[in-house]
Amino acid sequence: MVYRYARRYAGLVTMSSVVPAYGPDAPGRLAGLADVTASDAALRRFLHGLPGVDAVGLEARAAGLGTRSIKTTAKAYAIDLAISMIDLTTLEGSDTPGKVRALCAKGRRPDPTDPGTPHVAAICVYPDMVAVAREALGEDSGISVASVATAFPAGRVARPVKLADTADAVAAGADEIDMVIDRGAFLSGRYMEVFEEIRAVKQACVRPGGPEGGTAAHLKVIFENGELSTYDNIRRCSWLAMLAGADFIKTSTGKVAVNATPPNTLLMLEAVRDFRDAVGVQVGVKPAGGIRTSKDAIKYLVMVNETLGDDWLSPDWFRFGASSLLNDLLMQRQKLSTGRYSGPDYVTVD
Amino acid sequence: MANQKPNRSADASAGPSAGRKFAYAPAPESRAVVDLAPSYGLFIDGEFTDAADGTVFKTVSPSSEEVLAEVARAGEADVDRAVKAARKAFASWGALPGAERGKYLFRIARIVQERSRELAVLESLDNGKPIRETRDVDLPLVAAHFFYYAGWADKLAYAGYGRDPRPLGVAGQVIPWNFPLLMLAWKIAPALAAGNTVVLKPAETTPLSALFFADICRQAGLPRGVVNILPGYGDAGAALVAHPDVDKVAFTGSTEVGRAIARTVAGSRKKVTLELGGKAANIVFDDAPIDQAVEGIVDGIFFNQGHVCCAGSRLLVQESVQEEVLDALKRRMGTLRVGDPLDKNTDIGAINSAEQLARITALAEAGEAEGAERWAPACDLPSAGYWFAPTLFTGVTQAHRIAREEVFGPVLSVLTFRTPAEAVEKANNTPYGLSAGIWTEKGSRILSMASKLRAGVVWANTFNKFDPTSPFGGYKESGYGREGGRHGLEGYLADAADLTGGPASEKESATHEGV
Amino acid sequence: MKVSEQQSRLSVFKTYKLYVGGKFPRSESGRVYEVTDPKGGRWLANAPLSSRKDARDAVVAARKAVPGWSGATAYNRGQVLYRVAEMLEGRREQFAREVAEAEGLSKSRAAAAVDAAVDRWVWYAGWTDKIAQIAGGANPVAGPFFNLSTPEPTGVVAVLAPQESSLLGLVSVLAPVIATGNAAVVVAAERSPLPALSFGEVLASSDVPAGVVNILSGRTAELAAPLAAHQDVNGLDLTGAAADLAVDLEVSAADTLKRVRRPAPAPEDWTADPGTGRLTAWLETKTVWHPIGV
Repeated sequence: MVYRYARRYAGLVTMSSVVPAYGPDAPGRLAGLADVTASDAALRRFLHGLPGVDAVGLEARAAGLGTRSIKTTAKAYAIDLAISMIDLTTLEGSDTPGKVRALCAKGRRPDPTDPGTPHVAAICVYPDMVAVAREALGEDSGISVASVATAFPAGRVARPVKLADTADAVAAGADEIDMVIDRGAFLSGRYMEVFEEIRAVKQACVRPGGPEGGTAAHLKVIFENGELSTYDNIRRCSWLAMLAGADFIKTSTGKVAVNATPPNTLLMLEAVRDFRDAVGVQVGVKPAGGIRTSKDAIKYLVMVNETLGDDWLSPDWFRFGASSLLNDLLMQRQKLSTGRYSGPDYVTVD
Repeated sequence: MANQKPNRSADASAGPSAGRKFAYAPAPESRAVVDLAPSYGLFIDGEFTDAADGTVFKTVSPSSEEVLAEVARAGEADVDRAVKAARKAFASWGALPGAERGKYLFRIARIVQERSRELAVLESLDNGKPIRETRDVDLPLVAAHFFYYAGWADKLAYAGYGRDPRPLGVAGQVIPWNFPLLMLAWKIAPALAAGNTVVLKPAETTPLSALFFADICRQAGLPRGVVNILPGYGDAGAALVAHPDVDKVAFTGSTEVGRAIARTVAGSRKKVTLELGGKAANIVFDDAPIDQAVEGIVDGIFFNQGHVCCAGSRLLVQESVQEEVLDALKRRMGTLRVGDPLDKNTDIGAINSAEQLARITALAEAGEAEGAERWAPACDLPSAGYWFAPTLFTGVTQAHRIAREEVFGPVLSVLTFRTPAEAVEKANNTPYGLSAGIWTEKGSRILSMASKLRAGVVWANTFNKFDPTSPFGGYKESGYGREGGRHGLEGYLADAADLTGGPASEKESATHEGV
Repeated sequence: MKVSEQQSRLSVFKTYKLYVGGKFPRSESGRVYEVTDPKGGRWLANAPLSSRKDARDAVVAARKAVPGWSGATAYNRGQVLYRVAEMLEGRREQFAREVAEAEGLSKSRAAAAVDAAVDRWVWYAGWTDKIAQIAGGANPVAGPFFNLSTPEPTGVVAVLAPQESSLLGLVSVLAPVIATGNAAVVVAAERSPLPALSFGEVLASSDVPAGVVNILSGRTAELAAPLAAHQDVNGLDLTGAAADLAVDLEVSAADTLKRVRRPAPAPEDWTADPGTGRLTAWLETKTVWHPIGV
């Protein structure tokens, strides 16, 4: 049997409602697709049976959505939404507790002159900074601590090390884990290996005390689209990660030449849309790297709006992995409220 | 989701964003860039002038029914005056070195680029099409077309149409209302490059951009009489086509009028190119890139409100993916934004005229009466102006009128097929043959289908793409001759049917004695 | 054929027949007309006086032949056309006699016309696999697309053969139609149809598939009218139509927007270099776009 488009499974899954990928019902829904992941061969057939992607058409659609003109009230809405979706990130070898604390403060009150400014979604750090961030944010900030793990960004260590890296970050208080897939295994066609590793990392996200009651960190799976190289690979990887239990799929580490682009993100939006249609499980999307301006961020939100609609227009389902983006959003926000163009001296630099 | 009929409301900005979290605020392009005069004349021999009998007509904005201007209406006497001016101008224009003619065309291309925002807004006002399209499609292509043919003017001997290619003389050109300025460019650029002079009649519902183009000709310093613009109705077009001193007739429009023109020119020396109607099949195989195919289907039929002769108005979808494609298509149609053409976020603008709206409405009603199932997304249409919601019909067979007749509106008929052979048979089962689409990831199937489809333009894994270098034109009753590319020169050169530059035929030398 | 008085043997006459769908039928009407020597008015033969129905049958046969012939490789069509030239070469003397009688030419001038007809056929045989390279090509569009224009045959072409040149003229208008992959319905010169009807025998003994060429004899005006109006005819070559008739036929052909080649205002010189105009007249340019992406 050759598996074709996922919609073929609509009959298998009796959906009364859509469930979140991180909710307790998601594993049951995924079990409906157990035959797809039963063997390496079955998984390969399924992934290669997904519809192809025409690169030119995809890029043209993304560019077309990029010409939307978002003005006045719509712009104000989009800017605040974008701020609330930011995973404010520092992932440098030079990071220190001081740097991370400053970032946490910025995340909680992005614009000290305007307390109406929303806070960001998460602070994203390396595992050894999780405890610092956790402490700096406290328990009531509403801001998550996200940690990269699995030997980010290359991921070139043995699996036990990746799992230990993950467990360590979770134990230190991470709410979210951003793992990297084994791109080498994916590109050489060892899909089951990638699948099993994501499952194992997902397991490592469970906090001591068991999986009940939402005591697992949410798992974001980073593809490194720039290394996957083709859109067909990105679509296959999206399904692979979602089948393995990803709560979010994420474009890139920000550490390679090609990171998030409008077309590769649009393709992942289409994948989560189709996955929800087929399986009834909703997965989030996080473009990361290279999104620096409000104009860019709004283009991504337009893509979310016109591809997925209201259900994904929340920090629960869409994030920006970014650092400098926040200040540009703040300057635009000030411009909207005062009517004057702002400047870099009127937003905080940390 | 069955048979949802669109509502009409006073709120033009309603649409897919109504009641949504992220509702786009109005983003109107400014009208201030267009300085509209209350009235416009004919453009003959380098001057704006009244019609001989003083007749005028009004041109309205189809999105609001607002009168934009009063325009002189050309009659037979005006046609004669314009042809005489063109004939007189031909003596020197045809003799001008090609490089000099080319420089005039380059000037025109540049001025079009400079004034492109003004022209885009004007076109959206007069035609009703969205500013997004006039700005991003029409105007860039207009400039590109002049730029492309400008370069041919001094290279005609290398075009493969004879060693010493000569112009025909006076070209009488009649263009439609769907792409007013772009169709003007398709007609005028190759004609002038080849050394002909022109009398052009724009459509009665969209005369303004052609008259602004007349002003561009003046700015470019184009010699008097080389381009003459005659706004008017079908009677003026008929008089132009029939005028004995016209050497070349170029027409884009309906197949019915095309037939009448072919009859009129019978037995004359006039060379003719006709770009007529279509009923293109857009064929989606089960291995198609589905998301891009859906975009292509949408672009194929809803681009320019479906007022496109090469529109992909028949969707032929393989039965095994019918449900999947239709679900995705309906979802996508639900995001189309119908409304104010000048709003930068509008995807679908106004129907060009009350007459065209009536025709679309009648054909859609016939579709329902014949048993096809009608569907349109929830869609609030403005209360003034001419509007038609993007609509699709399922359960359509080859026997339905909506599968055979050109609707020339945002109405898609969905048919199914099981095998490639059946797809070819159904696609070709029409008197038209202008364009076709193929969606499949299998290369050899693309090439096989492309060679079997009887259509002048085949878009594989894309649709509705245009380029000045790419020949465009139909098979069968979609007309003859090609516009665009090297092929587009053939219709404007004597002896051009002969690629080798063999002996000059007496016919054409006879035509040009005394010139 | 005439009976030579010097000959003791009584010669065998040939019954001239139409060539339709690879067969040699009589006119379905059962009618014939007398064909005479243009100089002396001497009776040469009875030719079939084809009817509207014969024209209809010929169109059906031509349409049936289109898929196979237009789908054949250009190389194959070239080989088949060359084979026709070989067969014609082998029957030079027969055709020289028939052309001399049909057109009232001297033996040597008739022989020259036949030789020219053979050479013309060879010339067109060589064009089959070259015209697409001359008339088509890649178009450098401003975007990530592969874009290629290719000429394709128009389909069924009705040809009114020139009245004054019974074989060389016929070959000059017929060869380009089929060289480009079209199927032809030819109305032979009205007063001198015999070389054309014999040419059907040449085609039948070559490898030209049935229906690719169909040859009718009779009244040009009577046969041309249904062909010009026929909805399954794509092209109309009016070379052999008188001026008034040509106008009526062009008007009629407008109903189905046929590609029409008007007659030349002055008599054509069939010995001149024909150029490519008669090839491109029966070609449609198809332009195919495809995205370029990984």
